[in-house]
Amino acid sequence: MLNSLKGLLLTLRIAPRKPVTAEYPKKHLPIQDSYMGFPVLTWDSRIGEPYCTGCMVCVRMCPTNCMSALMKDNPLNKEGKSPRKKIIEAFEINYGRCILCGICEEVCAFDAITMSHQHELGSMARNGRRVDLPRLLELGKLYQDESGWRPPTEIEKEKQAALKTVQASAAAGAIPPPVVQPTSPPQAGP
Amino acid sequence: MAQSRPLQSLDMMVNMGPQHPSTHGVFRMVLWVDGEYIVEAEPYIGYLHRGTEKLCEGELYPQIITLFDRLDYLANFNNEWTLCLAMEKLMSVQVPERAEYIRLILCELNRIASHMLFYGTMGLDAGAMTPVMWGFRERERIQRLFEATSGARMMHNYFRIGGIKEDVPEDWKARVSGLASELEKSIEECDKLLTYNEVYLVRSVNVGKLSAKEALEWGVTGPCLRASGIPYDVRTSEPYSLYNRFQFDIPVGKNGDTWDRYALRVEEMRQSVKIIKQALGQMPDTGPFMATGVRRIPRPPKGEVYLGTENPRGEFGVYIVSDGGDKPYRLKIRPPSFVNLQALKAMLRNSYIADSVMILGSLDIVLGEVDR
Ligand code: SF4
Ligand code: SF4
Repeated sequence: MLNSLKGLLLTLRIAPRKPVTAEYPKKHLPIQDSYMGFPVLTWDSRIGEPYCTGCMVCVRMCPTNCMSALMKDNPLNKEGKSPRKKIIEAFEINYGRCILCGICEEVCAFDAITMSHQHELGSMARNGRRVDLPRLLELGKLYQDESGWRPPTEIEKEKQAALKTVQASAAAGAIPPPVVQPTSPPQAGP
Repeated sequence: MAQSRPLQSLDMMVNMGPQHPSTHGVFRMVLWVDGEYIVEAEPYIGYLHRGTEKLCEGELYPQIITLFDRLDYLANFNNEWTLCLAMEKLMSVQVPERAEYIRLILCELNRIASHMLFYGTMGLDAGAMTPVMWGFRERERIQRLFEATSGARMMHNYFRIGGIKEDVPEDWKARVSGLASELEKSIEECDKLLTYNEVYLVRSVNVGKLSAKEALEWGVTGPCLRASGIPYDVRTSEPYSLYNRFQFDIPVGKNGDTWDRYALRVEEMRQSVKIIKQALGQMPDTGPFMATGVRRIPRPPKGEVYLGTENPRGEFGVYIVSDGGDKPYRLKIRPPSFVNLQALKAMLRNSYIADSVMILGSLDIVLGEVDR
């Protein structure tokens, strides 16, 4: 009896707390930066073409075989406008089979595919979740704009360069290496 | 004149599941009942069979990690870790310390998340509605952290053979320690709500007893075995990874009944928080997160390896036979749920029908792992 009362008291004490539930279609919980949604293709706006060269590495590494790609000679390369010899002609991902594992993003050496924040792409048509190249690029641009996407290899290069300069100056004994501060204050859970 | 015959009674056969609201997953058992009592029970499994072991033989090693996520879908990190540890043992890879600490912390968090769900469903099986809400609330907090770390709430594909996929966010340590102290408080709260509740005690004490001898005979591992009084935990009996660096207790039950199995898991959550706190203190702030010299598609040398780890449900083991190629020649999984489930027959005998769901719930099976 006593313990049941204790439980009841606990419930009463907790009752005035703010609810943690969110009514889903009306209210969306914030998505974390690193969230992996459906993979999309990125757009190189400096040249005006997709990053993807159609090398098929991601196609071969995909555990569910849900993508296909076709490569062609890059016309912009002949005109001397682009360093890419080959370019993607057709690309398709079947989102219905994609398991959001992120392997494609990991293996791509050209920064061409990235995990977006898309996660609500339901469709009423049978093949409505097979997404072709224009749509993939469109979704990609959307993601690039909203998240300020930059090619990961470039970021990595910058990091390495910064590390080198720091190491060089440290070797020269001039400046101590800078201390990296987290930009946002640490927060724990909702 | 008709001969008088004694009245005969027959046992009634009842199907329970696979679409039963209170079974955990798609699971069917056939019960032979005599009035309110269960005379005999026969579990039927296989509704979720995906042929994982066979599929693994056709997949590259990095792709297998995605399959392991889907075995025990409440403890994804623990499964991934077992595969990675086994592969690292086979290939003699030394994992960087920082990566190992991160993996350990994530796995212990996952243990808490899994036990929290158990706490919720256990309450639900006994007819209490609040615990399941609270259990999910705490689990959600942990999954929020998982999402920030690996990019997915459940199917992470985050651990790699030789380390982890990418480094954790910068404020990760602060977030985890904040989460650990929050969890510490809420575990106490949850404990207070349900553990010694009179109704719950009546429903669970002395229900579905499993003696130590029986448990050993059935090969039961994990909390179900420890509840029967045998202090066997892979983390201490065959320490893998960094577990010999931490101070923690292995809770042990007395009676091996449903309540023991429940209370033991609540205590285990506290121990997990303890381990996480120690690990955060010992974890180096910087360092590599991936071992050097591991190729993207690893080709382990010819040979075989077995490695078992302590999953939230018991000893999860992987046995890999490699023929030197980029795919395993054979991969055998020892799922704890599958083995624990076999003891159900012994536990259900002579119990009430109404208790059968509680007893099944107290085993904490995950059908994704049972059926593979
Ligand atoms: S997305 Fe990357 S890996 Fe895939 S075909 Fe294009 S360039 Fe190759
Ligand atoms: S995320 Fe995984 S399943 Fe989806 S397309 Fe990429 S590799 Fe294939």
